[in-house]
Order: sequence, then structure tokens, then C-alpha cells
Amino acid sequence: MKTNFDFDQIPETAWCPGCGNFAILKVIKEAFVELNIDPMKLVFSAGIGQAAKTSQYINSNCFNGLHGRALSVATGIKASNPELIVIAEGGDGDMYGEGGNHFIHAIRRNIDIVNIVHNNMVYGLTLGQASPTSRKGSKTTLQLDGVFLEPFNPIAVAISLNASFVARAFSGDMKQLKGILKEAVNHKGYALVDVFHPCVSFNKINTFKWFKDNTYYVDESYDNTDKMAALEKAFETDKLPLGIIYKNGKNKTFSENLKAYKNNKRPLYKREVNLKKVEKLLLSN
Amino acid sequence: MKNDISIVLSGEAGQGIRTVELLIIRALKNSGYNIFSTTELMSRVRGGNNTTEIRVSNKSIQSFVDKIDILIVLSRNAIYRIENRLSENTIIIGENTFIEDKYKDGQYKIKDIPLSSLAKEVGGLIYSNVIIFGLLSGIFNINLNLIKEYISEQFSAKGVNITENNINAVIKGYDYGKNLKLAIQVEKNEEIKKQIILSGTESVAIGALAGGCNFISAYPMSPSTGVIQFLAKHSEEFGVVVEQAEDEISAINMIQGAWYAGARAMTTTSGGGFALMQEGISNAAMVESPIVIHLAQRPAPSTGLPTKTEQADLNLALYTGHGEFPRIIFAPGNVEDGIFLTQKAFNLADKYQIPVIVLTDQFFIDSYQSIKPIDFSMFKPKNYFIKTDKDYIRYKITEDGISPRGVPMYGKGYVRFDSHEHDEGGFITEDPEIREKMVDKRLRKMESISKESIDAEIIGSKNYKTLIVGWGSTYGVIKEAVEVLKDDDIAFVYFKQVYPLPNNTQKILEKAKNRIIVENNATSQFGQLIKSQTGLEFNKHILKYNGMPFSLEEIIEKLKEKK
Ligand SMILES: Cc1ncc(C[n+]2csc(CCOP(=O)(O)OP(=O)(O)O)c2C)c(N)n1
Ligand code: SF4
Ligand SMILES: [Mg+2]
Repeated sequence: MKTNFDFDQIPETAWCPGCGNFAILKVIKEAFVELNIDPMKLVFSAGIGQAAKTSQYINSNCFNGLHGRALSVATGIKASNPELIVIAEGGDGDMYGEGGNHFIHAIRRNIDIVNIVHNNMVYGLTLGQASPTSRKGSKTTLQLDGVFLEPFNPIAVAISLNASFVARAFSGDMKQLKGILKEAVNHKGYALVDVFHPCVSFNKINTFKWFKDNTYYVDESYDNTDKMAALEKAFETDKLPLGIIYKNGKNKTFSENLKAYKNNKRPLYKREVNLKKVEKLLLSN
Repeated sequence: MKNDISIVLSGEAGQGIRTVELLIIRALKNSGYNIFSTTELMSRVRGGNNTTEIRVSNKSIQSFVDKIDILIVLSRNAIYRIENRLSENTIIIGENTFIEDKYKDGQYKIKDIPLSSLAKEVGGLIYSNVIIFGLLSGIFNINLNLIKEYISEQFSAKGVNITENNINAVIKGYDYGKNLKLAIQVEKNEEIKKQIILSGTESVAIGALAGGCNFISAYPMSPSTGVIQFLAKHSEEFGVVVEQAEDEISAINMIQGAWYAGARAMTTTSGGGFALMQEGISNAAMVESPIVIHLAQRPAPSTGLPTKTEQADLNLALYTGHGEFPRIIFAPGNVEDGIFLTQKAFNLADKYQIPVIVLTDQFFIDSYQSIKPIDFSMFKPKNYFIKTDKDYIRYKITEDGISPRGVPMYGKGYVRFDSHEHDEGGFITEDPEIREKMVDKRLRKMESISKESIDAEIIGSKNYKTLIVGWGSTYGVIKEAVEVLKDDDIAFVYFKQVYPLPNNTQKILEKAKNRIIVENNATSQFGQLIKSQTGLEFNKHILKYNGMPFSLEEIIEKLKEKK
């Protein structure tokens, strides 16, 4: 069925058959339809990579910028027009490697956006090198003897930075993924949704089956507002937890802290320069 | 001493020399004197040796001079770095113990001031700088009530006691200064009292506001940081989103997000930070986002001399970013142009959807001048984005290369920016034909941009045989040198737009028999640009790259020998 977020002509996707990105794309569109979101108000800020191409296939506003920089662009967008719903989207290399510094600081700013990271534990677009989340021992075309670096743990990093919403999902379970995405969009403040998905072409280790076998959902009794409990979850290695791992809605968002909105709530594009005021400032200097 | 006095304050970082500078230039200006001041720092927060030069004149001045008429010594080891600038006419004022014996052999006039004990009498060494302010005010016989007023304003927030101590301090200094009877004569001019004191930093920041800037993101780096600090101070009043980015890469991308959503955004940085922004600048070219970048140069490569001056990043700005795309580079040489050009940068960036770089340097940024009030009605800040309709496409191929830019939520269309090569709708394409069309479209903007270039300005004789070429911050010193030389054969041409070269460049340069270029760098980057674009060469190059600005004496001497 054609949704609001589909183009009249279905664009040709650049993904391999069987890739987890298809499921993620489908779920994102469905989630926005179910949330009744006006595509006019929605902006995708994407980086570069197979994951980041998702924005190319959604009919709405988008800024498909540089590899690694989607969070910075998203911050500029949201801070200039807080009425927009802003999604920063990319892969594990995009967000945790090239853009790692922005990842840390977007969380600290608590910019009110959803950060979707398609985590396939590999660099897909550049044909299969290790990514920051590659498991130890993964052999690639570049890490010939297997990765010996400690994998980056985005969930633990985000919680330790007191991120306001931290979740992990799996593209193989579209229903759960959709639920988590919807909660992330409705959440006020920065929301990380790290989505495991298999790269069928370059990751022969972390396959669909591997993700199925090595993950589990946090249960009803789990209190995701307890930071230390959440950290413990984040460090589990036997099986990796899925679900909303941590939630902290107490902090003010970035836009709420900005003085530019203290006396004037209008988005910046609706504002005009007051030259008289600038002239007065010069004269009073 | 008559009509052109140079005072140098020399001391350690952390002694409050800047406070004295700001107070005294204001007091002098409001007494009817022309002033210019400039600071030369060592890169440290405490200790070392910093000097501030304050010039007081009966003429409008904007240059650094070597000569020192009055040297105020505020610490030990404050003289040796400027020893060669002293003459038999220099009056050295300072605490006896701060002045090394070798300067006391009679070649200089020394006035001992028991600064420490005077300060202690008032309440502690912390009052030393205010005593010096008083001393200078006394020397120039400035109205004492005016001085007290400034002190009250400056310190009222700190409580009655502190204000009173400072007033006592200023009076002590004042009496001392008057009693020196230095016989200073500088003609005053009532008109000057109406003028405004402005630094390079302030001119860029106020220019930005006049250009409608409502978003700034930057990572601190000397000497560029003052601009974001200034806007932070006025963030609420002017509705400016101000954010210290985690790095320059973030800053340059953040401001593109801001423009995308309809803000008017800038960043401010120095060479190293600008180098980190290169990929982002190239991105702006591809997505066709307006951006304004203030690049305040300091000596490089690498960390270089963090607090000194140089004009060696012209090539960096000129060639920044991978790929081929249009850009504009301005280089203000005085604070009027700092305001005018930064303001204009916003409009041109918006109109052409390109990077516009405002290229300054430490000397420009950290110097203060007084200027006449500016008529702001000549500024026409304008948003160029359009209200989109349902069929809006972002990268429409047009005759002048400008594709109307939409903003999300304004109108009925989707706004799709793409950093890949794209078709008119903003979708990835690898079609060779579309690729060529898009490259041509983007480059075509350069035609209109060139047409509205800001002409280079001739100062001095219209019948010149010798032409001195300068750009940016050398404006003041070359102008003053030409005025001093009063030679009918000599003129100075000032470039405030360095790229694209103004349309009158060729004509002005061709007319000269002898072309001399003055640049604060080692390889004459602007000279090379002119040569590559006009085919015209320079007979002489006056270049300086030791971290200091040119001095007036130096330029005059070099011009005499090179003419
Ligand atoms: C500055 C820069 N460096 C490198 C690249 C090349 N590059 C593009 S995508 C990518 C990594 C992709 O990995 P990831 O973000 O995990 O996305 P995936 O393709 O796996 O979905 C790299 C290295 C680039 N585009 N820009
Ligand atoms: S390379 Fe991997 S991530 Fe990319 S489309 Fe193919 S399967 Fe998906
Ligand atoms: Mg990946």
C-alpha cells in the first residue's frame, strides 16, 4: 500500500536482496503513518553509507550530507526550527566511527531528535571493513587476522552520558522495532535507537540467525529508569538485550535551554532583523 | 611631544592591561582625541610579556608604530623585547625595581612611580592597573569627573567598597600623572566625541547582526573566538542561537543544518579550525547551502604563533574544499568594512547559496579604532528563500545557476538537499549528462557574483606612477604611509574583496609603472593571485612574516628605498 511517505514512482534501492535495511525502511514509514505525522514537518538528516541511503527512499524533507556529520546537521536544523521532527540516520561507521565525537556531544546537548543507527557491525558501502561495533575476531578484507579492538558499546556510552532515551532493536522483529521507534519519536529529548541488522554481503558472522540467537528482550519487570541497572544491562555480553534500556526524561532539551527562544518562540525562518536595534547596539558600544 | 603620541603598556598577562586600554581609549576619545590601539600578546594566561600600544593623534590613524613616546613598565622583564623601539625621547614610567639598571644610564628619561606602594595604600596590588589609568588620564589632563564616572560604571557591580577603592586609585594615579608635567600637546576635535570605539572583533559580530545572523556555532580558537563571545552576550536580545561546537567539523555542518531550516548562520575560526572545516565547506557547495565563515588568521603552519598576526591563509580560503565551486572572499581593512562586509557576506551567501569567507587576522581583530556612526539604513538584509509549492524541486537548472531555495514547513514542497551529485529533484544520480549540467549550473553563479564584486579603492594620487597594493589589515598602515609621504607619484590600492578579483583590478594595476605589493606573509599569496588572473607582475614585494604587523616607519622606509 502506498503511504504518505512513498514516492509516486518507487525508487530503485541500492541494497542487496535480503539486507536488513529493507525492513528498517518499511518500519520507519509505517511508524510515521501510525503516528499520523505530517511528512511536511519531518526532516531526515542522513550521513553516508548503505544505512544512510534510507533517506533517499522516504518522501519527505531530507538533508543527505556528509559521512559522519548527520548529528551536527540535525542539531542545526532542530535548533533553528524546534517545530520540526528531526531524524538523524546512518550506520554504525557513520555515527560511532566518523561521527563519534558528535554522537557524544549530541547526547550531552540533549537535542530533541531521534538518532537511528543501523548497526550491521561492518562497513557495508566500502565493501566490508571492520566497524567500531565489529566483534573481536571478525575477519574482514582489511582486518585479515580478525579485529582485536574492543568493540564500541553505544548503549553503555549513551547511558553513561545520561542520554534521555536509549534503545536497541533488531530489524528481524519489525513489530518490536516499530514500537520502539514510535516511543522514541514521542519521547522529548535525544533518543538513540540502535538497530541490529544483518549485512548479507559482508558480514558472514553476525547473520540473521546470529542476532536471533544472541539477543533477548528486556522483560516487563525491568525498570528502565534505573541508571545503574541500565548500565549493567548495557554490559551484558552473553546475550545482548533488546528494548528500551534507559529512559531519563527529566533534563531540558537543547532548544529549551537556548536563550534565542526565551522571549520569542518563533522558528528562526519566521524572524526578521531589527536594524534599528543593531544600530543602537553599535552606538552604545 | 606633539600631535602624535605613542604609549606602550608593557607587563605580564593577567595584570589587567586590557582594562586600562579600554578605559583610557574611551576617555581619550571622549575628550576629543583620535585613538588607535593594538595589542601584541604572548600565548599564555599568566606571566610572559604582553604589550599594548595606544596612539593618540590629531588625525585619524589606524596603524602600528615602532616609536614609543611613553613606555609604562608594569613588571620586570618588560623592556627587553621592545628595547629597539626606544629612543632618547622615550619617557619610561615605572616602578624603580621593574626597570633594569642598563636602562638607567642616562640614555632614556626615567620617571619612577612607586606603583606597588600606591596600590597597597589603596587596598592591594590589584589596583595597579587603575592607578595607571589615572596616571595616563593625568598626563593628558582628562576631566577628572569623566574618569570617576567610568570607574563607577566599570566597578559598580562589585560593590561600594571596591568602587571607592578604585576611585581612590584613579585619583592617586591622576595626581601623579599631572605632576609629571610632560607637556603634551595634541589638538582636540569636538567631532570625535561623537565617534564610536570598535574593535575588529566587534565589527565582525555587529556586521553579522546587521546581516541578520541568528545562529552561530564555533569551536574556540584564537584570535577568532571574540565573535561568538560577543554574540553570546547578546543572544537573548537579538534571538541568536549560540552554540560552542565539539569541534570545527561539527560547527561547519551545524550551520548548514541551520541555514537549511531557514536560519542565517555563521561560524568563526582560525586557520587550523578552518582546515578541519574543508570537507564541510565543499559539502555546502554541493548541497548549495549558504554559509558565512569568519576566518581570523594567525601565523602557521600548524599551531604556529597562536596570538600573533599573519596573512598567510588566503590560499587556504581560495582553494579550500575538494572539487570546483564558487565562493567569495572578503578582507576588511578597517572596522567600517568589518561591519559592512560581514553584513554583506550574509546576503551574498544567501543569494548565491555559496560559502562566503570573511578573512581577517589577529592584528585587525584585536585592534581598536574610533569611527563615525554608520548609517544602517544602507543595509538591506534579505531572506532569499522562497515559499515552495507542491511540485517544488530543489536544484532546478536556471539561467543564472541559482535554484530557488525552499525551507521545510514554508510552503507545500519537500526540501531535499543532497551531497551526492544529484538531479534537479535532489536525488542521487550518476548520469554523466546531468553531472555536467549540475557542475555548469553551480559554476555559472560566478558570472553574476563577479558582476557585483566590490571595487578596489584608490587612496592617494590619481596620477600615480607607483602603485602600492594591499589587502585586509594592512589598509591602515599603507594609507598612513602614503599620507606621510605626500608624493604625487604614489597611490595605494586597497582590496577589501580579494576573490573574485574586483572588476577594476586590471585597469588600476596596468596604469602603474611600478607595482609594489605589501603582504603579511612570506610568499605574496595575493600577488600570485593577481598575477594568475591578470597576467600582471609586481616589481617589488614588501613581505613580513615574523608574527608582527607592519609598522608605519617600516613601510615608509621600505617605500622610500623601493620607489
Ligand atoms: C570522509 C569520508 N571518509 C570515508 C568515506 C567512505 N565511506 C562511506 S560510507 C563508509 C562506512 C560505511 O559504514 P556504515 O556507516 O556502517 O554504513 P553501512 O554501509 O554499513 O550501512 C565509509 C568509510 C566517506 N564517504 N567520507
Ligand atoms: S552491503 Fe550489506 S548493508 Fe549494504 S545493502 Fe548489502 S547487505 Fe545491506
Ligand atoms: Mg555499518
